[in-house]
Amino acid sequence: MTVTTQTVTVTVDGVAVEVPAGTLIIRVAEMLGTAIPRFCDHPLLSPVAACRACLVEIEGQGKPQPACAIPVTDGMVVKTQHTSDMAQQAQAGVMEFLLINHPLDCPVCDKGGECPLQNQAMANGRGESRFDGTKRSFPKPINVSAQVLLDRERCVSCARCTRFAEQIAGDQFIALLERGAKQQVGTSEDQPFDSYFSGNTIQICPVGALTSAKYRFRSRPFDLVSTPSACEHCASGCALRTDVRRGSVMRRLAWDAPEVNEEWNCDKGRFAFPYLSDGRLTSPLVRDEDGNLVPASWPEALRVAAAGLKETGVATGVLTGGRVTVEDAKAYAAFARGVLGTNDVDFRARAVGAEETAFLAHHVAGKNIDVTYGDLEVAPSVLLVGLDPEDESPIVFLRLRKAALQHRTKVVSVAPYMTAGLAKMKGTLIAAGPFDEATAISGAAEHVKEAGSIILVGERAATSPGALKAVADLAASTGARLAWVPRRAGDRGAVDAGLLPINGRDITTILSESGKAVKGLLVGGVSASDVDGDLVAAVDAAQFVVSLETRHSDVTERADVVLPVAVVTEKAGTFRNWEGRDRSFNVAIPTANVLSDADVLTELARELGVELDATDFWATASKPELVAGTHKPTVGSGQAVLATWKHLLDKGTLQEGEPYLAATSRVAVIRVSPATARSLNLVDGGQAKVECCGRKATAPVIETAGMADGVVWIPSNSEGAALNLPSGCVVNVSGGVA
Amino acid sequence: MTLTPVLTAHWDEADSYTIGGYMRHGGYSAFKKAFQSGPDDIINLVKDSGLRGRGGAGFPTGIKWSFVPQNDGKPHYLVVNADESEPGACKDIPLMLANPHALIEGMIIAAYAMRCSHAFIYLRGEVPHVFRRVNAAIREAYTAGYLGKNIMGSGFDLEIVLHAGAGAYICGEETALLDSLEGRRGQPRLKPPFPAVAGLYASPSCVNNVETIANIPYIVNNGVEWFRSFGTEKSPGFKLFAVSGHVKNPGIYEAPLGITARELIEHAGGVRDGHQIKFWLPGGSSVPMLTPDLLDTPMTYEDIAAAGSMLGTGTPMVFDDSTSVVRAVAGWLAFYKHESCGKCTPCREGTYWISDLLHRLENGEGQESDLDKIVELCAQISGRSFCALGDAASTPFPAAIKHFRDEFVTATSTPANDSFDQFAATVFAGATR
Amino acid sequence: MSFSEQTREKARDIISRYPQSRSALLPMLHLVQSEEGYVSADGIAFCAEELALTTADVAAVATFYTMYHRKPVGEYHIGVCINPGCGILGGDTIWSTLCERLGIGNDEVTEDGKISLERIECQAACTHAPVMTANWEFLDNMTPESAIDAVEKLRRGEEVKSTRGPRIRTFKENELTLAGFDDGLAAEGGNADSFMLAGLNRAKELGQSAPEVKK
Ligand SMILES: Cc1cc2nc3c(=O)[nH]c(=O)nc-3n(C[C@H](O)[C@H](O)[C@H](O)COP(=O)(O)O)c2cc1C
Ligand code: SF4
Ligand code: FES
Repeated sequence: MTVTTQTVTVTVDGVAVEVPAGTLIIRVAEMLGTAIPRFCDHPLLSPVAACRACLVEIEGQGKPQPACAIPVTDGMVVKTQHTSDMAQQAQAGVMEFLLINHPLDCPVCDKGGECPLQNQAMANGRGESRFDGTKRSFPKPINVSAQVLLDRERCVSCARCTRFAEQIAGDQFIALLERGAKQQVGTSEDQPFDSYFSGNTIQICPVGALTSAKYRFRSRPFDLVSTPSACEHCASGCALRTDVRRGSVMRRLAWDAPEVNEEWNCDKGRFAFPYLSDGRLTSPLVRDEDGNLVPASWPEALRVAAAGLKETGVATGVLTGGRVTVEDAKAYAAFARGVLGTNDVDFRARAVGAEETAFLAHHVAGKNIDVTYGDLEVAPSVLLVGLDPEDESPIVFLRLRKAALQHRTKVVSVAPYMTAGLAKMKGTLIAAGPFDEATAISGAAEHVKEAGSIILVGERAATSPGALKAVADLAASTGARLAWVPRRAGDRGAVDAGLLPINGRDITTILSESGKAVKGLLVGGVSASDVDGDLVAAVDAAQFVVSLETRHSDVTERADVVLPVAVVTEKAGTFRNWEGRDRSFNVAIPTANVLSDADVLTELARELGVELDATDFWATASKPELVAGTHKPTVGSGQAVLATWKHLLDKGTLQEGEPYLAATSRVAVIRVSPATARSLNLVDGGQAKVECCGRKATAPVIETAGMADGVVWIPSNSEGAALNLPSGCVVNVSGGVA
Repeated sequence: MTLTPVLTAHWDEADSYTIGGYMRHGGYSAFKKAFQSGPDDIINLVKDSGLRGRGGAGFPTGIKWSFVPQNDGKPHYLVVNADESEPGACKDIPLMLANPHALIEGMIIAAYAMRCSHAFIYLRGEVPHVFRRVNAAIREAYTAGYLGKNIMGSGFDLEIVLHAGAGAYICGEETALLDSLEGRRGQPRLKPPFPAVAGLYASPSCVNNVETIANIPYIVNNGVEWFRSFGTEKSPGFKLFAVSGHVKNPGIYEAPLGITARELIEHAGGVRDGHQIKFWLPGGSSVPMLTPDLLDTPMTYEDIAAAGSMLGTGTPMVFDDSTSVVRAVAGWLAFYKHESCGKCTPCREGTYWISDLLHRLENGEGQESDLDKIVELCAQISGRSFCALGDAASTPFPAAIKHFRDEFVTATSTPANDSFDQFAATVFAGATR
Repeated sequence: MSFSEQTREKARDIISRYPQSRSALLPMLHLVQSEEGYVSADGIAFCAEELALTTADVAAVATFYTMYHRKPVGEYHIGVCINPGCGILGGDTIWSTLCERLGIGNDEVTEDGKISLERIECQAACTHAPVMTANWEFLDNMTPESAIDAVEKLRRGEEVKSTRGPRIRTFKENELTLAGFDDGLAAEGGNADSFMLAGLNRAKELGQSAPEVKK
């Protein structure tokens, strides 16, 4: 595909430049280093030309024109405030109007110090106000959600927030209400602005009208030290900025990364950071003769750990979890294979299988950057398998929504039901339960046959027998490109580092054989709620357990040696996102005596007399053959096949300590098709119970038209409903529960 | 100049608003005639007639129609602007009450010319009786086979839907009207794209005023030459001049464009004895007020513009010397403040501020420096707002201060109701017949 | 309040008039007012549900237009035009007279719930100044006396005829009309009144007319 961009020549303040046709005046001026004032303009939102702050003179036009909305044409001569009285006066007039009803509370406003309105007023405003009337006032502030607050008198009606909600997130829960001078942003009484992306509105609000419950009044911009960061919460790979004051994270913002998150992020990435400081392990712990876990010095702890691991040796299982950096992943791989000599290594902390192991080895490991966000944006169609991007990779969701809206990309999803996210992407559903997905995928060729089509497969496909094989075959037969979109920030880096049980036991087996074939465990950031096997029991059964952790957990409590490691703000490193793109980050909070996982493993190796040596595992690895799983259970009466995933906001340990964020999470519901509701005697709106293997969860039933029959969906790890069993389990479902 | 009842010719007949009353005088023959020629011929005919939009801006109707791209495979929409909310304008509402079928027949012809098969009438919400009348007329036209599928065997289909607004002057602005008709807040849209390219439902659309469309059957039936025998070269045709204010017989006077305000006021019985005209507005509160020395200006787009105002809706409002101009201007600014949609800063904040200052002046409070400040604030809105409502809002005061500065200076210390006897200006004090 | 199946059917009838369902929102809000006498949170939710919109989206629209009320209006909602064209010609006096007589101000309702008052802007009836409206039916060329008379009659439940329209019905009844449901009253109120006929009568008096078409 060749794209020819026509260029035009335009003159701004006497300087002629050649730019692509259609470029907005305000952008051309930016290229030339001229900042035209603006409030409503945002490069990622469609222009509205509402605030009128950006008025400039265009030669030949009698009236000043909004630079944010007018594309340049060949020969256009533009004069900004620097060279035109018309523009200068127009801008000054608008500034004066903007300030008449704006409170003069900069000293107490969160935005003070980084406020475009304040900056503009200083640069271009009058010293003294000519307005002596009564300012508009509102009872302050209102909660547009548990997390986002609005001070209406500060709002300048730029509609950035409402346009973001509509155009980017697709969550029209905030809108401009009333009209004229009474116009104001608001919600309706019954539907708060519970959008996964609500925090972005705070960031793009050009004044301090929108604030977060989290950060409100906590700090001043000039007291903060900012560090570029990469988000650790998922595999989307957002660039963030971490703002720190006196050793504590005050807030995190989305940072500009046009190739990845553009200028957005999700609320988890923005607000879920109390875990970085709460409940931290401060010193190594060693179990004493009485069986108590007691603080120990680093040399002591390393010595005990090394001694124990030396004993378990090749019979040690290494579980690293999905949150390790590329650097740490390499260290774990080198330590497991090179030092302990074990192949029982798995980064996955969830339901897994041999089909997935082979799939990852063949289709993900070492692929570098293949499918990118940019490719998604222009793909004619994108097939989703085992992936609900809004919940599981929010930036993929935003990019796909943009693709669907701006480029008419067709999004098709093999899923149990039409999710809210899929609807917002104007997507098409191929309804299938976990055991029908392979067939559904094989039948989806027509959706991906156009050149440039892409298949995105999520980690949940591992729970659908045959699905990953079917995906690989579909890609091969149609030429569609394939990418794996895992949930966790460390997943892709771990695959590339070889933290997969090639020639070894996978996590399910490791846990079930703990204390028998597997004698020791080296556990990274894995918590009990992540895995379907019984991690706690496995830890208890193991002969010797070393835990590398940041905070106290059910594993650290039971380990023989606990080695505290750095959280992301305390170290530099790299996360490799789903694209295979490295997202590196710096130390945000320099902290003495804190080591990264890799540092600890290096020391531990030395203690064992070995110098840790990272090798390219895949260069020599023998990849297992990709064979379709075939398991198909029988489903009795009163039973259904479980389909599940985690909502973006759930009871995840990294979200602890943030009640405002938690209050915006989705409530758990049970979904069944109308036919399945009838066969299970469930009533729409009534309560039902889902149970299996001694676990149960209760939630209200929503009959969901178009849903696959014989399937029951409930979120995992949700407040009020934490069944936490993998998709594909056969569960008992009963209604009428009070 | 003589009065020339055309649209109003039969309003005195008891059934003027029914299809029977309309057809008794040749109604519904024009569209059949139009169907004999091609759509483009109709567009050319309207172009040749020189008909200019009666909604206020006076844009040539035929040219506007020709902007709608033809044979592009997209649905096209004709939308009639029946929002009539401009202070002083009161012509479309009476027209729809007394002669709704002229509008409907005009719509059939216009839709045929622009290849629309779906047309809407956006009627301001505050007129339920007009809603009834127009809806009844639409039903009659369906029953007669003049609307619906394959009209009179022509192969041309047309559905007309009457839609009630809900109280918003801004919805008279054509792009705000389209947003409102789509079920949104009535805020104007960024142009381009213009409605002719992406209007209702992002499809090519044409928005025309009621009176504009009601002219069409008469032009088609009687021809360009006849139509151009009224008015001037640049302002051909006739017009519903609604004369209101301090005249003895306010009402609708239909006459050729080019009649003078003085003639219209004479027809309307003049002002009451012992009083003189203080100021007048040629067509709505959004056009600058003029003084009585300009009453002999012909009521055409070009002549009124040359006199420093605009023809606007062509509905002259007359105020005699019992009127407080401060009360009048404060009232209009309160109106624009109330009706500002809120989208853009200059209009939203500017009307808030100016209206506040004028309100204080009306109550005898303020400083002389406020007067220049208001002029400056008007200049800060005019030409800088998103749509023409802001321009309209910045019109009344600068025009008034030019002629009545002393009165505004007095207002800084004396309430309008003390300077003027409020009662003396009322109808019940004999200000009209 | 919850909406009956009949009301839902009416909503669907409205939706069916338009190529795109969202266009039905304004008439549907009139429909809501015909049931509730104003637009409540339930009314907003009803529209949102029928049109698959968020309630914020519907509230954004409902609060933009002045004819949609947030709290119940009187059975007879009285408007007095105070725009200069009417205000100066008597509207101001009528307004203060009515407020005084009823003991209520703008946007307020009498205790018996019968009458509410609103200062309204130009009604496209300047030739008939000063103009009032009762549930938006024209009461033209009013005086303080005729205004009080009309309002008192409405309050007592006596018949008042619009000067250009039918007997004045309740707020809710007229809102149903504006939602597009025929009330059979189109022929009421006659063809045109003397103000509308002023020009025609004058032309006839002077023997003036439009030129003939040359054949
Ligand atoms: C604030 C504002 C209010 C308007 N109100 C009306 C109106 O009530 N009726 C109308 O026909 N045109 C109104 N217009 C003009 C319309 O935008 C548009 O020009 C007109 O409907 C075109 O019809 P025409 O070409 O037949 O005149 C208004 C314009 C503005 C800026
Ligand atoms: S709250 Fe902020 S972002 Fe939203 S409209 Fe107001 S000023 Fe703009
Ligand atoms: S930035 Fe251009 S109008 Fe707001």
